Formats: sequence, structure tokens, C-alpha cells
Amino acid sequence: MTEMYRSQKSIDTDPILDVRNLTVTYRTGQGLVYTVRDVSLQIAAGEIYGLVGESGSGKSTLARAIVRYLADNGQINSGSIKLGNTDLLTLPMSKMQKIWGSRITMVHQDPAAAVNPSITIGEQIAEVARLHLHMSSSQAREKALEMLRKMRMPDPESVAKRYAHQLSGGMLQRVVIAIALTTNPELLIMDEPTTSLDVTTEAAILDLVRELLTEYNMAVLFITHNLGVVANICNRVGVMYAGEIMEEGTVRQVFNHKLHPYTRGLLGCLPKVTNDKRNVSLSAIPGFIPRMNHLPSGCIFGPRCKLVEDDCQAERPSQVEAEAGHFTACRRWEALQSNPDLLMDVQQVRDMDEHEEGPLVFTASNIKKYFDVTASGFDSLFKQSGTEIKAVDDVSVGVRGGFTLGVVGESGCGKTTFARCIAGLEEATSGKMELEGQLLPYTVAKRTSAQKKRIQMVFQNPDASLNPHYTIGDSVSRPFVLMGDLSKEEIQMRVKELFSAVNLPEDYINRLPHELSGGEKQRIAIARAMASEPTMILCDEPLSSLDVSVQAALINLLIKLQDSSKISYLFISHDLAAVRYISDWVAVMYLGRICEIGSSEDVFLPPYHPYTEALLSAIPVPDPDVQQERIRLEGNVPSPIDLPSGCRFHTRCPRKIGEICEAQEPPWQDVSDHHQICCHITLDELRTMQSEVIVGQADTLREVR
Amino acid sequence: MATYILRRFGSILVIVFLASLIIFSITQFLPGDVAQLVLGQFATEEAIANLREEYGLNNPFYIQYLDWAVNFVQGDWGNSLVSRMPVFPMVMSRLRNSAMLAVVVLMLYVPFGILLGVLAALKRDKWPDQIITTISMMFVALPVFVSSLLLIPLFCHFLGWLPANSSILPDSTFGEALPYLILPAIAVALNSLGYVARMTRAGTIDVLRTDYVRAAYLKGLPRRQVLVRHALRNALLPTITIIAMDAGMMIGGMLVAEVVFGYPGLGRLLLYGMQNQDLPLIQACSMVAVALLCLANLIADLLYGLLNPRIRVK
Repeated sequence: MTEMYRSQKSIDTDPILDVRNLTVTYRTGQGLVYTVRDVSLQIAAGEIYGLVGESGSGKSTLARAIVRYLADNGQINSGSIKLGNTDLLTLPMSKMQKIWGSRITMVHQDPAAAVNPSITIGEQIAEVARLHLHMSSSQAREKALEMLRKMRMPDPESVAKRYAHQLSGGMLQRVVIAIALTTNPELLIMDEPTTSLDVTTEAAILDLVRELLTEYNMAVLFITHNLGVVANICNRVGVMYAGEIMEEGTVRQVFNHKLHPYTRGLLGCLPKVTNDKRNVSLSAIPGFIPRMNHLPSGCIFGPRCKLVEDDCQAERPSQVEAEAGHFTACRRWEALQSNPDLLMDVQQVRDMDEHEEGPLVFTASNIKKYFDVTASGFDSLFKQSGTEIKAVDDVSVGVRGGFTLGVVGESGCGKTTFARCIAGLEEATSGKMELEGQLLPYTVAKRTSAQKKRIQMVFQNPDASLNPHYTIGDSVSRPFVLMGDLSKEEIQMRVKELFSAVNLPEDYINRLPHELSGGEKQRIAIARAMASEPTMILCDEPLSSLDVSVQAALINLLIKLQDSSKISYLFISHDLAAVRYISDWVAVMYLGRICEIGSSEDVFLPPYHPYTEALLSAIPVPDPDVQQERIRLEGNVPSPIDLPSGCRFHTRCPRKIGEICEAQEPPWQDVSDHHQICCHITLDELRTMQSEVIVGQADTLREVR
Repeated sequence: MATYILRRFGSILVIVFLASLIIFSITQFLPGDVAQLVLGQFATEEAIANLREEYGLNNPFYIQYLDWAVNFVQGDWGNSLVSRMPVFPMVMSRLRNSAMLAVVVLMLYVPFGILLGVLAALKRDKWPDQIITTISMMFVALPVFVSSLLLIPLFCHFLGWLPANSSILPDSTFGEALPYLILPAIAVALNSLGYVARMTRAGTIDVLRTDYVRAAYLKGLPRRQVLVRHALRNALLPTITIIAMDAGMMIGGMLVAEVVFGYPGLGRLLLYGMQNQDLPLIQACSMVAVALLCLANLIADLLYGLLNPRIRVK
């Protein structure tokens, strides 16, 4: 279905943006750093050019260089940038300023930060209209409303009078796009425009951008780290690595043929919604992105490439046009072309016989966590009534030994609060938790040290969860010291064992956290959690701050550790593909409640809960050939203070059947022994109205089942 | 909005009540007997006893407090023990003078502080910034009595521009008083100027780094407009808090400056009261100071809400 939106316009019309041999440097304490080297790209009108790469690949620097808005220590060393017939690099800054906001506009990553908090939304659009379109104040106000209407903003008149903090992230991103399109620019640069948004919001924004492009005939430079988003929205892709473009071509050429080992590596790293740990193992890219001031000789990807030869390291390979419009910077592209599976995921059947369902090690029944929002200070003298946020409302799950329970849901659904209740970091309001048959007290303070050992947690942000003044060896040995019954030598031994278990060299032991990369820090966090030989590790979005190539390695590590020590995981993530891949059992949460739970194969097949269905249809799948149902949710997630009556999802449910949804709480329905859905619609009706949301073309796995 | 202000006034009343309790108790526990003070060293025991009875000094503490409070609320602030004159008009006329001084102080340090702070932020780490930050640090470190003593020789003796003594007639108009106000105002303002400049600098630097300022530049808005419309509004929020919090410092500083320059303001009256153990005067001046501080904070909060829609009360 996505197909119809992808224009097949050829690229040999005159490009709007023409960047040639651009090199950008930063002056730093370590000398000149070449952050972008010899990059060329062209974007035609009506075309969305996706620039993908991991953090540190130089993609944002490239965008900033194009608008000549580099940091003070940045400089464009050589190359040319042309917008239409204007040579941007020879313009004086005063002329360049006139191009900003009129001929080139930008949309940034975090919409909440990009909108001024103390100026009304309408005025922030109107000021552009006054400045560049020379409109009067009243015309500009009218224009602002018109733009908001074009963004499908509900009630534009009231939105125009509001301030940033009164709008949700998705609405704010619409506002930012409205500002960017007001002047009908020739080039729109979108720098990670959906990264900070939830999947359903992201899908809606991508739909909007795609639709607007039929009206505004502009060139779009779309920067992202998410290959799924690229496959979804772009016409052409450039894969950037360490400041250079490795491969470029149409989405179909790049995703289907993947003529660069790095592209194959990136795609191989991504868990797919159709795969799980039983049939595919992810192939992580070894090594790290090189530091920009210590670039390897020859091919910059050489040190991490499995196909590397001596010649690769002799000189930098030049771009080869493998087929019309498809360029690669790999010398060995022919080898890649002749073998499409080279370097890709290994299809394998893991020996899961040993991975039998263990005994139930942890159960949580009817867990509730309500936060009181009461007035404080002097106001409490005048206000008595407090309101409650029902963050977790009656959630029950069970976890078996050596088993992974995935919890998915958008931000604010209560998944993190739930994990914190289990960990004892938040005191549950009511409910019952049992660990290996023992009743578990609500807070850490009341738990015995044996109970504390059995449940460990890995947090989202490893930077914040490791003490910056402790060496990482100290951090990992801390649990042993606290347990107190090991000698120094034994502790030393155990720490070394853990380091090797998480694939970190032993000589790292004396390093401080800031000397490690994000992925390495997260390994340390996992090692620390493993130290007390826990029954269960709660992983709260452990991957989301990491690059894809690092994510894959960590997923593999988690699976390896589970295989060897039979740990259970509660794996929380908003990334459905990752949850699908790693979990045996999946719970889908919405507004503090579970709405669907089941084995991960079953949850990802119809019948679905309508919310699961919408989530699945919103996932950006990194494969342009995948057919995906388009189901979009209307409106915003309701406030947890003022929960909808009946079924909590009824305000946004595309399959709402009527008053019953508003009036009564939906019943649990058993689809099978290991799949339950909480919905008013009968399973038979769900089966008839739903089809599989994501269907790959070469989807042979399905037939097996 | 009206209910918010009403609520705030309610809480101000609570604060003023608590402060009055504290002020009244402290003045009660000051050494020395009021009757003895009034009648002088050579008064007879009998005369003292009579006066104690007359003043109600033998009543229990809470009765004394209630009497005092009820009278105070009704505008009867008692008579000065020293001059025997009613306290209320005395305090009010001095309050007017202090208000004139405060206006000049505010007009000096708020605009200049903000200006210097913004300038320093824009020229961050360059020489103007270094000069401004150094000087404002000096100002912050300089107590009012020291700066007064430095200003007097400079402006009065060497330059001869301004009078060293500010003892104006108590009922001078603002115009008449202005030349006498400038030096004490500068002495008080320097301290706060330093704070405001540093706070504004920090606030502006933070805001200049935000995405929305970058977005404003990339909208093509001219630099001036980005600064004034997009940056300053947000950058000045912490400054406003500092100015409000500084009101107490300012009242303290004015007390010192009024004494050094001999200016007939509230501060000097308070000091005079203290030196003579003139309890009604001390109580009245302290109560006025407390009320002023509360009002200053209220005004700052309202102003903050005006600039910051996030906390604007519906």
C-alpha cells in the first residue's frame, strides 16, 4: 500500500539542491577534524532524499553546512553547494539569511524544543509570513490558520492561540512543519523529524509529509537513523558512514541489492517484525565508527568489514555506478551483487528444545500504582482535593524461568512505572507480587537481601546509571562487595568472568565510564545486573539510546546470557520489532492497562486488539517491498488523570463498535491457551475484519506455521 | 487570575501574621524595661509601676499581643517612646522617602544589569564579557558601606558633582530630592547590579543555545528580532526571580546607605528606633518591611506569569 505514494520520478531533471565534493571541518583541541569528506548529492523537486547513518556519521553536520549554519569552530573547506542556480557558498551571510526560512526551511528533531515556549503558535507561523511573504498582520494571521488547517490540525483557531506546552509532541511537529512550508520553500531539510515521537504519531507525521509533497513541489533532505522510516517515505537514499556516503540509489535499489557491506550490516542489525530469536540470529557489525581524527587508511569501513582485502586498505575506493543511479563506494560490490545473502542475517533454527518452559518464577497480580497530584505549599491550605494519576491500573503478568516477557506500549502507557514497581523503586498502591513462591514486599527497603539479589534492573540511559567516579570494575564488583561473603581475589575473578560474559576486554576494568562508548556502558550495566545471579532482570528500554549496530550486539548478548544462565527478562520497549525478536511472551499496554497478552508469535498475528493492530501498522518496516495495512489513530493519548470510561482505548479506536465501548469495561477473551485480548468485539468479528498487518513478499516463514 | 491574586493575598496575610508574632515577641524580649526607658534613670519605683499598669505591661503576653495587633490593624501604631509623636505618620513619611530612593535604585540596576548581562552573553568569552563578568563579580563582593565610602570621596571630593550628605527635608518633592538620591542609590544598586548582570548573562547564554533560537535564526529573522522577540523574553525569567529575591537585600542595603548618607528614610528611622529602644517604632518599621517584601514577591510572580505562559494561571 505504501507503493502508490512513492513517486518514480527519475532524477535526471535539474536538481534543486546540488552538493558537490563537500568537505567540512571542525577546529578542535586535537586539531582539524574532517567531519564530512568529499560528499556529493543531488535532490530534485518532488523528491525525498533519505540520508541515513548512525550517530557521528556527520549527517547533521552536512545539513548544517548546506544552510551554512555551522558551529563557530566549523568550516566548509571545499566543494560547492547550489540551490537552483544560486551558489550558496559564495553568497555573503546577509544574502544567506534571506534564503533561510524562504527558499530553505528546516524541521528539527525535538519539536518541543524547536517551538518558542512564550510565543503563541499562530504568531510563530505568522511572523514567517510577514517577513518573507510581506503580508500584513491580518493576512499573516489568516495564513497561519490556513497552514494549520493544511496540517490537518483539529480546531486551528484555538491551536493558533495556544502555547507550546499546551500541545502534544505530534501536534508540535505539525506546527514546525507548518512553519517550514509557509513560504513554499524549494528545499526542506528534516533532521530526524520523527525520532522523538511515538510510533503511531510518527506514522501520522510521515503520512502528512508524503501527502504534502504532492502539493508542494520541493526537494526534501530527510535525515534519520531509522532505516524503516527511509524505506517508508524516501525516493532515494544515501547511506552515510563516518563522514562519507557509502552507497546511494533509489530506495528499492539500496534496500534490495545492498551493494555496500555497511548497508548490509545495518540492515542485518535490525530485528524484523516477522522474525524472532528462534529462526534468525542478528549479525552485528563488529568494532566501532572510527574517531574522526583517527581515520583508517583506504576504505574507512575496512576495519569493520568482513570482506576486507589488502587492496581495500591501500587507497580510498571511489564511487562506482553499479546500475543506473545506484552508486557504491565498495571495491568488492560485484561479489555483493552476485550473492544477495552475503553478510546478511543467518537464518538458523536455534536449538530451542532445551529452552522449555520453565517453572513460573515471578507473578504480579492486579498491580496498581496511583500517583497523588496534590497541591503543595500554601496552596494546600486552600485546596483539599487531590487528583490521582493512574499510571498502572490492575496489571497482572507471570514470568517463567529462562523466559522473556516483552512489554510494549507508547510513552506514558505505564510500562516503566510497572517495572519500577516490580523492582521496588516505586511503592505499588495495591496488588500482589510473588517471586519464586515468596510474597515480595512493595519497596526495596522492605525486601530481604536475597530478594533484592533475585531481581535486577538495567536502565535506559547507561550514562546516568553508572557512577562517573567509579571505575567500571568497581561498579561491577559492587554487588559482590555488598553480598560480603567473597574474598578480594574471588571478587576479582568473578568480575573478570562477567567482563568476558558481556564481551568486554579485561583491561577495561580500570576505566571510567566516560572512556566507554554507549554500547559498552550498557554492557557494564548488564554485567552489574548479572553479578548477583538474579532470577529476573528488568530491562527498561535498554536499547533505545543506542545505535542500531550496537543494539544488535546487545540483543545477541542478552539472548546468549539467557541461554547460558536461564535468566528471565522483563523487556520493556517501544520498539515492536525488538520486542517481537527477543520475547517469548508479549504484553501490549495502553494507559496503565494491558490490552493484549500472548506468545509473541500469536500477538503479532490476527486477531489483534485494535490497539496492537494500529501499533503494528505504524511500525516503519525497513523493507520497501513489505505490504503494510494503514490504520491511523486519531487524536492524542488521553490524560491519565482523566481516564476515558469503559474501554480506555475507545476515544481513539478505529474499530469502535458503539456505546458499549464507552460504557462498559471490555472483557478478556481467550484466543488460545497463550493469547488473550481485552476487547468488546468478539474474536470471530475481529478475525473477519482484520488481516495480517505486515506481509513481506518473500514471507516463507509464515507457511511453516 | 483574580482568584489566584486573592489566594496569594491570603497567603501574604498568613505570612504577615506569623511575622508580626515573631517581631512582637522579639521586641518583648529585648533587654530593658519600657517604663524605665520612658521615664529615665531617675524615675521612682512607683512611677514605673504606674506606667507599667498604664501600658498594660503586666498583662499576659497574648493579651499584649492582641492589643497591639488590633490597634496596629486599625492604624493606631502607638506613639514613639522617645519623641512621643504618633508612629504612623512618621513611618509613612519616611516610607515615601525610601520609596523614592528605591525607585532610583531600581531604575539604575535593573536596566543596566540586564543590558550588561545580555552584552556579556552575546560577546561570550571575548573581552567585553570578561570585563563585565569581572566587574560584576567585584560589585557583588562589595558591601554597601564600603561602596558608599568609596563613592563619597570620588564624586563629592574629587569630582564635586554630587552632594555627600543626603539629609533632605522630610517633605521634599522627588524633583528636589533627586540630586541627593543619586549617590546613595548607586551605592545600593552596585551590589544588585552585579547579581542581575551575572544572572542575565547565564540566562541569555542558555537561551541562545536552545533549538528555538536556532529555529528562529533559520526562519531568516534578523538578529535583532531573534534576540528581542525570541530570546530575551525567555532569558529574563531567571532575572526576574533574582530581582524579587533581591528585594530583601535591597532593603538591607538601603538601610545602610540611608545611614551613611544621612538620608531620612525608613531604614534610618528603624536604626534610630533600635538605638533608642523605641519599641513601637521598631515594630512598625519591621512590619512595613515584611509587607513590602511580600508585595515584591507577589509582583515578581505576576510578572513571571506574564512572560512565561507555562505557569500562567487560568
